[in-house]
Amino acid sequence: MTGPAENRLPPGGVTEAVLDRSGLAALVTALRRRGRTVIGPTVRDGAIVLDELDSATALPYGWGVELEAGTYRLRRRDDGAAFAHSAGPQSWKSFLHPERVRQWSADRGPGGDLTVREERPERVSYAFLGVRPCDLRAIRILDRVMAGGRYHDPAYLSRRTGAFLIVVECTEPGATCFCVSMGTGPAADAGYDLALTEVVDAEGHRFLCRSGTEEGAAVLAELPRRAADDTTRTAAVLGVREAAERMGRSMPPVDLRTLMRDTLEADRWDDVTARCLSCGNCTMVCPTCFCTTTEDVTDLTGDHAERWRRWDSCYDLDFSLLHGGPVRATPRSRYRQWLTHKLGTWHDQFDSSGCVGCGRCIVWCPTGIDLTEEAHALHREAGGSQEAP
Amino acid sequence: MHPPDPPQSVRPRLGVFKFASCDGCQLTLLDCEDELLALAGEVDIAHFAEASSDTAPGPYDLALVEGSVSTPEHLDRIRRIRDESRHLVTIGACATAGGVQALRNYADVEEYLATVYARPEYIATLATSTPISAHVRVDFELRGCPIDRGQLVEVITAFLAGRKPGIPNHSVCFACKRRGNVCVTVAHGTPCLGPVTHAGCGALCPTYGRGCYGCFGPAATTNLPALIPLLHRDGMSAEDTGRFLHTYNVTAFTAVETQGPGPAHEEGTP
Repeated sequence: MTGPAENRLPPGGVTEAVLDRSGLAALVTALRRRGRTVIGPTVRDGAIVLDELDSATALPYGWGVELEAGTYRLRRRDDGAAFAHSAGPQSWKSFLHPERVRQWSADRGPGGDLTVREERPERVSYAFLGVRPCDLRAIRILDRVMAGGRYHDPAYLSRRTGAFLIVVECTEPGATCFCVSMGTGPAADAGYDLALTEVVDAEGHRFLCRSGTEEGAAVLAELPRRAADDTTRTAAVLGVREAAERMGRSMPPVDLRTLMRDTLEADRWDDVTARCLSCGNCTMVCPTCFCTTTEDVTDLTGDHAERWRRWDSCYDLDFSLLHGGPVRATPRSRYRQWLTHKLGTWHDQFDSSGCVGCGRCIVWCPTGIDLTEEAHALHREAGGSQEAP
Repeated sequence: MHPPDPPQSVRPRLGVFKFASCDGCQLTLLDCEDELLALAGEVDIAHFAEASSDTAPGPYDLALVEGSVSTPEHLDRIRRIRDESRHLVTIGACATAGGVQALRNYADVEEYLATVYARPEYIATLATSTPISAHVRVDFELRGCPIDRGQLVEVITAFLAGRKPGIPNHSVCFACKRRGNVCVTVAHGTPCLGPVTHAGCGALCPTYGRGCYGCFGPAATTNLPALIPLLHRDGMSAEDTGRFLHTYNVTAFTAVETQGPGPAHEEGTP
């Protein structure tokens, strides 16, 4: 029943095994039995979205996607794969850093006395199924932003702490993917509880499953499984390796932080501004864009007030509104702020790039602005290689 | 710190007034079913002809004005209401942009009169339908055709609290993404004005799988020349696109129709 790998384990844990579709179904059941809210990919409204899964039958078996700048189409696949898709319309940010969170509320009593109550976020026990390696990196980046440094965000931590992460390595990159350029995929290195690699070949549809934590090993031990075999291992490694060679996009092979710093006055910013709608879609779908604003609301009596935090975007004119007007008044300055922060000054602020190469901003930009194309154009304008992206 | 509840007579006096409009925005106030009693407790609804024929003269602390200025009589009346009101808030596309009736601004009104009315000489009308702000100072403009109930309550609540209304000026896309919708343009190829339209409806149409048709008018910043090629790509002819943009907010969209993303080299870029 079990493979040799188990000999190296804490008692009862399993580090590597092969699951079939019933094993995957048992995984969802086991996590739900542990009281976890399981979030994973599922088909809704013509896209593969992230939503709560009642069972593994909701996974997008047999669905793939066809991606291009500004277009996303669901496509039927004849191999029945569950995870052969990328760049959906949301990211895990939607669950870890929700679009609107109450921070405190206040009441004024009959005598005019004020009672202020800090919001105590309800602890959510999430399991995320189908986290791509690029998105795993994005979660790590959000961890740094929201819970690293001096100030920790309680709303984020209440959702993030103890979240069970099931990574699925990428074997089917989209035309807008460039995780290889950003060093974030398509293989998963660390930071997961379980890592799956989907294999569909003559020997069937199965998942090579590795545990990365004790809890992952304990969950894996509960599932119907078989020992990992070399055929499956080889197919998994090859699938991921081939994915790395099929990236639809790439970044110019230069230090992007330096490129951003040295091209602040490039003509290319005018070119991209002509195509930019300032609609904010790229920031909303980005798995690492974290900016928020605050909204204070009162009721009609004025005796009850609440402060809410909601997603905001550097594309909004009011985002930089100070006394006297917006600091970034032009769309050019706002696009440039977004890209130079994402690829450049993020390093100064958080010690990494803010981009993980998931390609969502390319797909979900209505006019199809492609940040890799913009980076290549800036690179060319700065005297770099004339090669097309 | 907290003043005692004022006697009934000193509650702020609210007036609701109609110009050229369909009454739908005023109706939104009556539609505030959960808040209506609380509102009636906080303000003295002094003039609201759609709700009650018992109307009282000014002055008013807050005037909500629906409709556009469309007749010679409107010109005098809006000035009188302004003079009698401490705060004047316009509600809806007619009052903020001239409404669908402003289509006549781009046509010959005499020709319309001759075509529509048997005795055009009985009709007193202006050649144009214009927003309230073209005639008097307006303290706040609430958009929409019709306005959103939640936003109306927010504006009245903000007025009562003496604070700025929390009404964002960004695009419908912000609300659509926050709602977790799948983009109808990107995923379905549906023509949608969301990227250039002022938020406020909660992305109602895209939530039900159809494109936004711009009933809240243009967002604070727009780039229509970049969006129009997408509308053509998704099956709209030039004529369709014209009709799409020229509805309830015809004047507001016309004003930005050929306007790109703004002067690219303008200062303001730290």
